[in-house]
Amino acid sequence: MTLPVPPSTVPPPGPAALFIGFSQIALAGFGGVLPVAYRGIVEQRRWLTPSEFTTMLASAQVMPGPSICNVTLMIGAHLAGMRGALAAIAGMLSGPFLIVIAMGMFYQYFGDLALVRAALAGMSAVAVGLLAGVSIKLAIPLLAPGGQRVWHLLFIVLGFIGMGLLKFPMIEVVAVLAPVSIGWAYWQGRK
Amino acid sequence: MNDGLSLYSIAAHFALLSLMAVGGGVIMLAPEMHTYVVDIHKLMTSEQFAAAYTLAQAAPGPNLLYVTLVGYQIAGWSGAIVTTLAVIVPPSLMTLAFIKVSARHSESLILRAVQEGLAPLSVGMLFAGAWVLGKASILNWQGIVLALIATALSARTRINPVLLIGAGALVGMLGLL
Repeated sequence: MTLPVPPSTVPPPGPAALFIGFSQIALAGFGGVLPVAYRGIVEQRRWLTPSEFTTMLASAQVMPGPSICNVTLMIGAHLAGMRGALAAIAGMLSGPFLIVIAMGMFYQYFGDLALVRAALAGMSAVAVGLLAGVSIKLAIPLLAPGGQRVWHLLFIVLGFIGMGLLKFPMIEVVAVLAPVSIGWAYWQGRK
Repeated sequence: MNDGLSLYSIAAHFALLSLMAVGGGVIMLAPEMHTYVVDIHKLMTSEQFAAAYTLAQAAPGPNLLYVTLVGYQIAGWSGAIVTTLAVIVPPSLMTLAFIKVSARHSESLILRAVQEGLAPLSVGMLFAGAWVLGKASILNWQGIVLALIATALSARTRINPVLLIGAGALVGMLGLL
């Protein structure tokens, strides 16, 4: 059970605490860091209130690049300035980077063994399923009744066809579809 | 490394892609990176690309680190470091600049329109990612069934993804695929 989080937070951590905290969060984040990040930063360490976290995440998702890195930078900067941002992102990436390399080395040495290949075939099929599952989870709120469901479905399908079936370069897909989609959202927002 | 393609032109390409990944993770770049390193430049096989992706999903930390393994398979440690930095540094600089400049514009109509407009597009690209990786790594109907079961479980439950990946390894080692 999680207790309700009081609106007040603890005194802000320094760069060293941020590095350690974000390292722990990253290393606990199997299969996606964001849920663990919320628990670690808001509920356990109380560095941010829930609404501060949500606001930063929303801005992070609008910025180009990996959302998790953007939100890490924003939280670090919010708590301890530019040094905090760099410490937080270094913590988020350095541990997992080394672990991933170790797995890559293992694959290079043992990747040709029949048993390893068989295990990876099963893992890959599951990884594909996980990605499809996340896509469905993200699509559900976009397709909820009452919103712009037809419009959303159209752009989901067009994005899938453009990049998945026709294999157009992403830059072309984005250059053609994004202005229309954003323009529509802007027009809807003004009404 | 073959066909004279330098690590830095790969890095430049990845950096450009990463800057376009608005509204989602670098996961949605998987089909594009697959096209670039497997289909166009033949730096690795489709199976190796799928392995890089899968291993990074099984590891703790940000899912974007499959890019690290793609780089590692192309050019070892230097490949791993250069491709990872390429995907992370340019957007991070933009984010830091954004933090410095704004915060007060976060409620603006245009930013909201960008966010709402890109959301369905990025979901479509995620589906494309699943499709391309599935074509690269699933070889028979048993694999399709396994992927569909994983799809249903991850869409409908909060089951830990690593448990599912572990179960997939087991299914594979038992020779069921």
